Amino acid sequence: MKVLIPGISSKIGNLVAEQLLAKGHEVIGIDRRPWPDAPKGVEMHEVDIRKRAAEDIFRKARPDAVIHMATVTHLLTTSEERYKINLGGTRAVFDNCRAHGVEHVIFVGRHTYYGAASDAPLYHAEDDPPMAVTTFPELADLVAADLYATTALWRDPQFTTTVLRIVYTLGPTKQGTLAAFLRGPRVPVIMGFDPLFQFMHEIDVARAIVLALEKRIRGVYNVAGPQPVPLSVLARQAGRTVLPLPEALFTALLGHFGFPKLPPGAITHIKYPVVIDGASFRAATGFIHTIDEVRAVHEFRDAFPLRHR
Amino acid sequence: MSTLSPRLASSPHRASLVRVLFPKSLLIDPDVMDRVSRIEIPFNKFGVDPYGISREHLARSYTMLRWMYRRYFSVKTFGIEHVPARGRAMLVGNHSGGVAVDGAMVVASMFLDLEPPRLAQGMADKFINTVPLLSLWTNRTGHFTGLPEHAERLLQDERLLMVFPEGSRGTAKLYRERNTLVGFGTGFVRLALKTKTPILPFAFIGGGDAIPTIMNSYTLGKLFGAPYVPITPYLFALPLPVKLEIHYSAPMVFEGTGSEDDEVIAGYVDQVRERIAGLLDYGRKHRTSEVAKALGS
Repeated sequence: MKVLIPGISSKIGNLVAEQLLAKGHEVIGIDRRPWPDAPKGVEMHEVDIRKRAAEDIFRKARPDAVIHMATVTHLLTTSEERYKINLGGTRAVFDNCRAHGVEHVIFVGRHTYYGAASDAPLYHAEDDPPMAVTTFPELADLVAADLYATTALWRDPQFTTTVLRIVYTLGPTKQGTLAAFLRGPRVPVIMGFDPLFQFMHEIDVARAIVLALEKRIRGVYNVAGPQPVPLSVLARQAGRTVLPLPEALFTALLGHFGFPKLPPGAITHIKYPVVIDGASFRAATGFIHTIDEVRAVHEFRDAFPLRHR
Repeated sequence: MSTLSPRLASSPHRASLVRVLFPKSLLIDPDVMDRVSRIEIPFNKFGVDPYGISREHLARSYTMLRWMYRRYFSVKTFGIEHVPARGRAMLVGNHSGGVAVDGAMVVASMFLDLEPPRLAQGMADKFINTVPLLSLWTNRTGHFTGLPEHAERLLQDERLLMVFPEGSRGTAKLYRERNTLVGFGTGFVRLALKTKTPILPFAFIGGGDAIPTIMNSYTLGKLFGAPYVPITPYLFALPLPVKLEIHYSAPMVFEGTGSEDDEVIAGYVDQVRERIAGLLDYGRKHRTSEVAKALGS
């Protein structure tokens, strides 16, 4: 199969490409960022997915399937640019797929779609509404991109659409929301709260995406692996020191003295969990994670040990 | 850290200093820990189950609850043999006494008087999850916000659920109303039908004596983000060391799907309510004679 991957230069993009190559698929990559040590089999294009040059790649290569991973979080990009990439980019991907005979489109989304709140249930099902938008406006563009992708399910019956909402990634990689939060020696948490965090090793995340492609499942699926873990346990097992701060102090310190710069809405995500139920994805694809939560955390810890003073 | 010697400041030494000052076993009784490890729920290598229930937090809270159950209140439990050793079940009872002493003691009885011990999981009022520390401890010990999604999932996972259908109106009862029942919610019966769960009615006797509420301050409640704050003759809602009793009764099983008409459901709710009212009546007389016996000897 000929697979085109917008956003291939992310860590997960790299891993998906490598797994596809190993299974004998043809891989074409699109990303604004380079992939310097890309394996030989990957046809790499350093272009913006929203530009005409990207459409030309669709026209010439005529891929069978597209795995759309070119979305960004608030951690990387400011609002206006983020909206353009996440919404404009997603629209461009679907427009090109429609115009150039793609048979299967996979939108790789995030489990934070559901949002955190004090009165939200644990283990969200796929039909739960996205509640994060009110408290965490920085998630709105990703929620909108996710919902835009799901409209292809009825607007474009000529191709198969898969929307994946995947838990946080953790492993020997610096990339990703969770890894960024755990990077420093001290992990600030909000005193009196200890939410569950749900994550999966990067190898398993890539495996799940490849499986969604091979099984050609249609619809919206939560993708989860091992059970979630309380933030304090996760931070300690990652070799970090947990630093509990009263909420008011926590908010005041954000962005100063080496504390992470987080939008105010992110506070709810450090007080309350976002946990999803991945049962229907497992039932549809037979997916079983190969790396448990313990090994995923310890691989992160061993890859980024703290220097002892 | 600057006040510590450089040797102590290096982390292995600092860690051992912390261990000496704050031993991990502090407030954990070894016998309680042993019982916790016999609760049949799947803890992972970190000692946490898929809902975030933590072995360590359970052991700490049960150590305290055991002291309250055995020493402070000396709770007497009857009919515990009606509780199944495993599999889904719903404990349904009356609420009383300002703060949920009744809930805590039912949880304690399921842990201390049942073989093997079971974790009873309460359904918490929504405000609890917004309060620092209360949020953490209720979540780590398995008492999640009372959402239908939570209740259904836990039952389908063969857990033991504890439900007070009177809700926060139940704990708001004043001293003179302590042995009455207020209106029951109906959701628990629909859920029991849908998930084919046996209902185990129980009566909790003495909760209103432990916390004799003379009034509820809804203004103070607003201040703390709670529905209300109970006021006692001695101001605070600290429970008095009175004798408490829990009477469990035989399971009630209703046939249906959970999508019956409201009238049908209300009929089942009334049956449960009547059973609890009967238990309350019996229990109150029983407790009075027990107290009389104790005074007479």
